[in-house]
This record gives sequence, C-alpha cells and structure tokens, in this order.
Amino acid sequence: MNFDLSEDQRALQEGIRRLCEGRFDMTRVRSGFDTSVWTELADTGVFSLRADGFGWADVSLTFQELGRALVPGPLVWSHLAHGVVDGVVGGLERPRRGEPAIVEHPGDLDALAVIDDAGVALVRPADLDPGAPLTWPLDPLTPMQRIAELPAGEPIGDARLATAWRQAGAVLTAAYEVGMAQACVERATAYALEREQFGRPIGSFQAVKHLLADLAVRAEVARAAVDAAACTLDDPETGDVRRAVSGAKVLAGEAALGNAKGALQVYGGMGFTWEVDVHLYLKRAWVLNTAFGAPAAHADALVS
Amino acid sequence: MDLRLSDSDEAFRAELRAWLTRALPELDSPPARDDWPARVRYDTDWQRRLFDAGYAGMSWPTEYGGRDASPTEQLLFLEETTQAQAPYVGVNFVGNLHAGPTLIAEGTDEQKAAHLPRILRGDEVWCQCFSEPGAGSDLAGLRARAVRDGDDYVVNGQKIWCSFGHVGEFGELLVRTDPDASKHRGISWLILAMDSAGIEVRPIETLLGSSEFSEVFFDEVRVPVVNRVGAENDGWRVTNVTLSFERGTAFVGEMVDARRLADELRPLVHDATDRHELGHVLAQLDALWALTMRNVTQASHGTPGPGALMFKLAYSEARDRLGELSMRVLGRDAFDVHDYRVEERLRTLSIPIAAGTSQIQRNIIGERLLGLPKEKSWE
Ligand SMILES: Cc1cc2nc3c(=O)[nH]c(=O)nc-3n(C[C@H](O)[C@H](O)[C@H](O)COP(=O)(O)OP(=O)(O)OC[C@H]3O[C@@H](n4cnc5c(N)ncnc54)[C@H](O)[C@@H]3O)c2cc1C
Repeated sequence: MNFDLSEDQRALQEGIRRLCEGRFDMTRVRSGFDTSVWTELADTGVFSLRADGFGWADVSLTFQELGRALVPGPLVWSHLAHGVVDGVVGGLERPRRGEPAIVEHPGDLDALAVIDDAGVALVRPADLDPGAPLTWPLDPLTPMQRIAELPAGEPIGDARLATAWRQAGAVLTAAYEVGMAQACVERATAYALEREQFGRPIGSFQAVKHLLADLAVRAEVARAAVDAAACTLDDPETGDVRRAVSGAKVLAGEAALGNAKGALQVYGGMGFTWEVDVHLYLKRAWVLNTAFGAPAAHADALVS
Repeated sequence: MDLRLSDSDEAFRAELRAWLTRALPELDSPPARDDWPARVRYDTDWQRRLFDAGYAGMSWPTEYGGRDASPTEQLLFLEETTQAQAPYVGVNFVGNLHAGPTLIAEGTDEQKAAHLPRILRGDEVWCQCFSEPGAGSDLAGLRARAVRDGDDYVVNGQKIWCSFGHVGEFGELLVRTDPDASKHRGISWLILAMDSAGIEVRPIETLLGSSEFSEVFFDEVRVPVVNRVGAENDGWRVTNVTLSFERGTAFVGEMVDARRLADELRPLVHDATDRHELGHVLAQLDALWALTMRNVTQASHGTPGPGALMFKLAYSEARDRLGELSMRVLGRDAFDVHDYRVEERLRTLSIPIAAGTSQIQRNIIGERLLGLPKEKSWE
C-alpha cells in the first residue's frame, strides 16, 4: 500500500501544471474551446495516456490539473473515446423519451457519443437536427444546444462499454472538479492575504480564516476519494469500484460547488463581477454536477 | 500510487486474525460503563494478552519492548482488532499512546526502566493532567505552580478533564516552573504518582451520566525532581514531541466503528432526504479512510502532508452527520440510551471538543497550511 504520488506521478502532475500555466492562462481559457485547444492537448498526449501505458490514477492526476486551470472543452469524452473514435468527441447520457437533449460544444464536435443502459452509440453532428443554441448559456465557456430528438446513432459498444465509460467518466469528471475546488482555495487564500480591511489582511479574521480552512479540507478529502477511485479502477481487487466511483463523484461535486461559492464570499463585491474568475468555476461546477450522474444519484447508489 | 497490501502485510493480517479468533472467545463480557474497577481489570487484562502475543506497543521501538511495526501494520492492527470487536485500548490509552512515547523520546534511563515495561504489560494505568479551568484551548496559559524545594517540587493548583484520573496510578503533569518567563517558556513536564499526599480527585459526571474524567486538586503535593521529564521549563517542547509519534492512525478504530454503524443504517433509511444524507456520510467515511491511507503512507516516508492536520476536523463533521442521521432514523427508539447507537451519538459529541476543538483546528489549518496571519492582539 503506497497511497501517495510516485516520483513519476509528481513529474506528470508538474508537467501538466506547467503546460496549463504556459498555454492555458485565463485569457486563453476565457476565449473558450476550439480545435486548437484539442490539438495541443492531443499533441501533449492528454487523450492517449491510457493507450500509452498510463493508469487511471495518472489520467486522474492530469484531469485534476486541467480542472485547476479550468481548461474548457469536452475533454473527458475525448479521453474516453480515444482509440474508438478520432477527433473531438463530445457526449451525453441519452435523455428519457420525450425530453430534449442538451449537447455541449455543438459547433466543435467531430462526433457525439450517447450512452444508455444498452450501450454506447455514435451520432455524427451532420445527423443532428440544428435545434436551438442556448443564446445565454449558464457557463459562458460551455456553449450548448437544445435538440428535440437525438438520433439512435451507430452502436459502438454494448452495456459493458457503457458501464466502463460511465465509471471512468465519473472519475475523470470528479478529478476535474477536485482541481477546480483546489484552485478556488488557492485563489481565495491569495486574495485573503492581499486584501486589507480594518487595517489588516482579511485572512487574519477568523470568520474568513475558518471559511478558507473548510474549503481546504473539503478539497483535500475529495482528492483522497478521487485518487482512491482511480486506483480502484486500476486494480479493482483492492476495493469496490462502484462504491469508490460514486463516493468520488459525490464529494468532488460538492467540493467544486461549495468551494466556488466559498471563494465568491471571500472576494466580497469582486466575487460578483465578471472580471474575477470565480463565477466561471461556479458555473462549470453546476454543469459538471449533471455529468456522469448527479451527486444525489450517486449518493442514492451508495445506499442501495 | 496504489492501495494494494504487500505480501508481508497480508501475512501479518492473517496471523493477527488467527490470533484474534483464538483470543477473543476467552474474554469475559465487557463490564458496565460505570463499573470502574471492572473496566480497569478488563482493559489491563486485554493489554496483558496483547503483550504476551507480541502485539503490545505496535509503534514502540523494539529496544523498549515494542514491535516497531510499520505504519501499515499499525493501521491493519487497529482495523482488524476493531472489526473483530476486540476490547478498546480503554484505560491503557494515555500510557500506550502518550506517556510511553513521551518517556521513550525524552525520559531518563531510570524513568524508562521504571515505567515502559509496566505500561506495555498493562501493569500501570496513566492519566493526563494538562488542562485547567483557565487553560483549555489556551493550554500554554496553565497556572498550576511548582516551586522547587530541595529534591522536590511542591505543586499547588487545579487540573480538570483528566480522563481516567480517578483510576490512574500515574499522571502526565504540566506545571508552571517559571512564572516570569513568556507563557510557553516556563512550563515543565512531571511524572505524577496519583497517590501522592495532597491530591484530591473528584470525578465529573459527563452527559452520558458516567464519570470518564475528573478534576484534580493539588495542595502542597511533593513531586521528586527526578520525576521531571526533559529540562526545567522545557515542558512545552516535551509535550509537542509526542505528537510526532502519531502516524496518522489515531482514528482508525473510530472509523471502523463509524462505517459499521453507517452500514447498519442502510436498511433503516426510507425517505429520500435520509438516503441522500446516508450516501453522503458513506462517501465521507470512505474518503476519510482513503485520507488515512494517504496520511499513513506519508508518515512512513517521513513527509507528513496536509491531510494529517485536516483529519480531525473532517472526521468530527462526518461523525456528527452520522450521529444526527442515526437519531433521525431511530425516531422514538432513540429515547433508550441502552441502544448503542444512541450511546454513540452522545459519546461522539466530545470529538469536536477533546484534543483541540474544531475552531482551534481551523485556526491551525488556516495559519500553518494556508499561511494566513494570526489574529492580532492575543498571540
Ligand atoms: C471527553 C474529553 C476528554 C478529555 N480528556 C482530557 C485529558 O485526559 N486530559 C486533559 O488535560 N484534558 C482533557 N480534555 C480537555 C480538552 O483538551 C479541552 O476540553 C479542550 O482543549 C477545550 O478546552 P476547554 O474545554 O477549556 O474549552 P475552551 O478553550 O474554553 O473553548 C470554549 C469554546 O471557545 C472556542 N475557542 C477557544 N479559543 C478559541 C480561539 N482562539 N479561536 C476560536 N475559538 C476559540 C472553542 O473552540 C470552544 O468552542 C478532555 C476533553 C474532553 C471533552
């Protein structure tokens, strides 16, 4: 048992962090996803990590860093689909009959993966009815389109693949969320050290200090859950995959949302502006909480 | 990064399980909470059995009779013994986990020889006399005074919340030996024989209705200078040295119990709110188990990470949620404290208070981990 990053994993984490700092600063991130983002990540090997011999624990660390930097795009789906479908792949759970589908990044996809209990199907963007783009999407960095009826698509895998993608997708989404939660701790802490009121840094006030301590703990506990889930995917005998995956998704979702809101409070009036990045973390947290199973559904699954 | 046990860890676990299967049926049923003579007999008898089987002092160095087990083995030991519902460390807590390690690190050869073997065998019960009515969170503000008189210190003052104070034979005693020095500088650490003349121990009734801790009054109590551990006025450092023995396993037994309780609630939750809450609590307990493995791994590499300072706060909150959920789920069945789930709800109310309150934990996390400034004026 060695539940800490190995030397190689530290190097990987460091490498991805540097990549994000160098190429995906907030100016770039705020300009949204396009194929150049995908190509740069693909060239670095982000989507092919598994094919290149890395484990889920490594992929999870990578996604933690991408989340910390809030790199936009259908990154989790593109990772899952690597080796099965080429190009920019988005995806979603097939909505219940009669409910509209909301497709993310509709203008940038080469393919759309659709999961249901029977398996995974692939829909070509050309076969989608044009639908109605959301003109005011909740998350400005995740453009969306409402589509009345999703085509059946071409099956590419059975129920086993659907389960595998659901589990790995939940873990990678949770990893991304943990990175977001950590970024909120770092940003809010930096602001609390710099911003002064009553003649001293606001981080010296216990009300603020204790709030930040809670954010830090929430991120760290969720990170342990995510790392454990990724390790369990790598070596299923060491635990209960379903339980580990659901636990990670519950806690990481809560951490991303709770920490963005906590950070917003620490920033005061600045937190309510478009200029400060916190709202982007908060809005993404709401979006990701619906992906690969909402926390409430995973909490339910843990009890049954 | 992995969660797989090594072959030698698996072998350790198998051997321990086999021993527990033989040893546990030989025990009498556990005594009532308020039958202290029986509790002392029961807990120290178990300690003796652990000693005879080579499981006493898991974390202690072998030269002092310990097993010098790896942190993973310590974790497995606590996990397995709790899962098998073996007796808790009970009255042996302070001796095994606090006083013993302090003597190992800072005691003289005579002090070690006098106490360590007896602690390991269950022959000696210890208690901790640190807190005072005026010095709880602000422990370094303690005022119990020790004045040198020849080969003795003469101690006057009062201690409070001394767990096992009414059954302990020895106490870890913190006293002020230099009232003029700054508050952390004038403290000394003494070995106190609890039967010394001038000591009065008054048990305090807890909200469980039993007496787990006591007030201790000192009236001209003579403590030989040879019982001082570490240098005079260096007691604050001595106290903190012990903490470095903590390998991240402090709450393992607690967590095994909490998970068992949470699992037992599964069939009892029916409405959606309670199900979601239980799911959350299960997720938190699993995550805290993972965090424990991380802390244990990092401790064994000699590089404690942030999780070590965060654990108690996070566990306090998860355990409180579990406690509230069990009360809600039990409904009117919760009115009988004989139900151990109700007793547990009451007992665990102390977790966010004892050994550093949750507010103090947040100060520590904010200041030591996040680097936020101290609040002015009082530090
Ligand atoms: C079950 C149990 C067993 C114990 N066993 C022992 C033992 O064996 N030996 C021993 O010596 N002691 C023991 N203690 C004492 C324990 O360590 C103290 O109770 C604890 O440190 C808190 O001190 P206090 O009770 O004086 O509370 P106080 O320090 O008076 O705190 C009261 C409230 O004020 C808050 N507060 C205080 N200071 C600050 C601050 N700076 N910032 C923010 N909030 C603050 C606290 O968080 C708390 O909410 C035990 C306590 C319990 C409950």
